[in-house]
Amino acid sequence: MADVNRGNRPLSPFMIGPYYRPQMTSMSSILVRITGIASFGMVFLVVCWLLAAASSETAYDWVNWLLTSFVGDLIFLLGTWGIWYHVLGRLRHVVWDFGYFLDVETSEKMGWGMFIGATVLTLITIIAV
Amino acid sequence: MSYLTDRKRAVGNGAGSEGTHHHWKMMVSSICLVVLVPFFVFTFGAGLGGTYEDVQAYFSSPFVALVMALGLIVGLRHFKMEIDEAVEDYVHGLAQKLTLIAVNAATYVLMAVGLFALLKLAL
Repeated sequence: MADVNRGNRPLSPFMIGPYYRPQMTSMSSILVRITGIASFGMVFLVVCWLLAAASSETAYDWVNWLLTSFVGDLIFLLGTWGIWYHVLGRLRHVVWDFGYFLDVETSEKMGWGMFIGATVLTLITIIAV
Repeated sequence: MSYLTDRKRAVGNGAGSEGTHHHWKMMVSSICLVVLVPFFVFTFGAGLGGTYEDVQAYFSSPFVALVMALGLIVGLRHFKMEIDEAVEDYVHGLAQKLTLIAVNAATYVLMAVGLFALLKLAL
C-alpha cells in the first residue's frame, strides 16, 4: 500500500483556492502560524529597543523615536493583535488536544472567537498602555 | 515490491521526523505562554515610549526585569518551534537544513542580546 502514489499528490495548504474553498477552520488555523512567525519579528524589535535603552541616550532616543513614530505605532498595533490572536489560537489547540470541542460547528465558533477576542484584547491593550 | 513493512517505511518520515516530541513541547510552551504573554504585553507596553530616565528606572524593577526575561526566553523558544514547523513543511533538502540552522542561530542571538540588555538595565 505504501508504494501507491508516493510524492506525487497535492499538499493540503496548496489545495486551498483552486480545489478547496476557504473555510473558517482553515483560515483561522493558517493565521495562527502567520501570527506566530510574525511574533518572532516583533521580539526582534523589542530586543532592538531594549539594547538601545541599555546602550546610550542617543541610541535610545533614535530607536524609541523610530518605534513610536506613525509606522512604528502601526507595526506595534498589528503586532499586538497578532500576539493576542496567536495566544487564543494556541489556546484552541490546547483545548482540542485535551479532546474537547473537536466538532466543526464549535471549532468555527472558536475561530470567530479568536478574531473577535484578539480585537477586543488589542483595544484593551491600547486603553491600558 | 519491497520487503520493508509499511510501518517501518513510515517511521521517521513525518514532517519533523521526530514523532510527537515537538507537538508536546508546543503544548507545554503554549500553556505557559497563555499565562506569560498578558504579563509581558502590559509590562513592556507600559515601558515603551518613555524618556531615557523613565526607562532606566522602570526596567530596574525586579518584577519588570523578570517578566521581560521570562517572556524573551519562553517566547523566543516557542516562536522558534513555530518557524521550525513551517520550514519543515515548506522547505526541503539542503535549504531546509540551512534555514533551520539560521533560525536556531537568530533565536539564541536575540535571546542573548535581550537578556544582556535587561541585565544592564536592571543592575
